[in-house]
Amino acid sequence: MSLKAIHLVFITASTVLAFGFGFWEFKAYSAGGEKGDLILGVASLVTGASLIVYGKYFLKELKNIGYL
Amino acid sequence: MNTACPATPRILLRKTNLDKPLWEKLFMDIPYIVKPREDTGLYNAKVGIWLFLASEVMLFGALFSSYILLRVGAAAGTWPHGLLNVALGTINTLVLICSSVTVVMSWASLKLGNFGRYRIYQSITLLCALTFLGIKSVEYHDKFNHYEVIQTDGRIVDGHLVERTKDFDLAKKTGAVTLLGHFVEKTEAGAHEATAKHAEHSNITIPVAQIKKMENYGPWHSTYLAIYFTLTGLHALHVFAGAAVIFVIWGPLAGLWKTDPARYTNRIEISGLFWHFVDLVWIFLFPVLYLL
Repeated sequence: MSLKAIHLVFITASTVLAFGFGFWEFKAYSAGGEKGDLILGVASLVTGASLIVYGKYFLKELKNIGYL
Repeated sequence: MNTACPATPRILLRKTNLDKPLWEKLFMDIPYIVKPREDTGLYNAKVGIWLFLASEVMLFGALFSSYILLRVGAAAGTWPHGLLNVALGTINTLVLICSSVTVVMSWASLKLGNFGRYRIYQSITLLCALTFLGIKSVEYHDKFNHYEVIQTDGRIVDGHLVERTKDFDLAKKTGAVTLLGHFVEKTEAGAHEATAKHAEHSNITIPVAQIKKMENYGPWHSTYLAIYFTLTGLHALHVFAGAAVIFVIWGPLAGLWKTDPARYTNRIEISGLFWHFVDLVWIFLFPVLYLL
C-alpha cells in the first residue's frame, strides 16, 4: 500500500471523525447551551466538508500514482 | 581498473567473476532498494515498514483492548468524564491532519522533482509535530498541577494548585495549600465530573492538619488516568520519533537527493507511511479518550 492509499484511508477516517465530533458537540450544546460547543460543532462540520473537497482534489492531482 | 566502492549498499558474493573489478568480485548490489520486486510489486523498504507497522498495530491494539476491558469492567458511574480539555485535543487533531497533508505534499513535490517545495512542506510537518508535542505537554502539566484533596471532615476539594506555604509538609502536618477549585459534593467520579464543569471556582486555602489525602491527577490517580498517560505518552513518543526521522532525512541526509533521487523519494514515502500510522492512531485515540 503506497502513501497515496494510506493518505486516502486517513482522510476518510478524519472526515468521519470531523462529522462525528460535530454532532457530538451539537448534542452537548443542546444539553448545556454553551456557545463554545456550538462553535466547535460548526467548525467540525466545516472541517469535514473541507476534507471531502481536499480528498477529491488529492485524487485528481495524484491520479497517475498507484495504490501499491 | 576502478576499485572504488560505490555508495550503494552491497553484500558479499559467493561466486566471483574474474572479468569484473575487485569490488564487484567481492560485492553486489542489494536488489529492489529502488525498483519494486516483480512478484510483490514492492521495494524492500516498503515491505520492511509494513512489517514494522503490523507490529505497531499489535502494540496499540493491545492497549486499546486493555482500555475497553477496563472501561467495560468499571462499576457503573465510576468511569471519569470531562477530565480532559476537549478544545486542546481538537486543536491537536487538526495539527496532525495538517501534518499528514504536508507529508504527502512533500512526497508529491519530490515526485515532480521540486526539492525546494519538498523542504518547505516538511518544515511545516516538523512545526506541526513540535506544536502537537507542545500542546500535549501543556495538557500533561495541567494534570500534574490538578489536585484532589480529601479533608479530615470528609469533604473533597478539587482544583489547581495556586500556592503552598513555605512550611508545607504533609508528613509533619504543617503549613497550608491553596487551590483554585471547588468543593465536590459526592465522591463518585461521575457525579464529581458533572458538577466540576459548572461549579464556581475560587481560591480555597486548606491547612495541612485538615488534609487526610492529597493527590494530583497523575497516572497513579485512577485507572482511567493510568491508561490515558500510557496511551498518549506512547503516542507522543511515536510523534517524536517520526519527527526525528523526518528531520534527519530533511537535513543531514538531504545529499542523497543529488546522487540517488529515486531512493531519496522512497525514504520520504517510508517516513510518510509511519507518520500516517501515528496520525491514524490519534484519530482513534481522540474520540475514545476525550469524547466517549
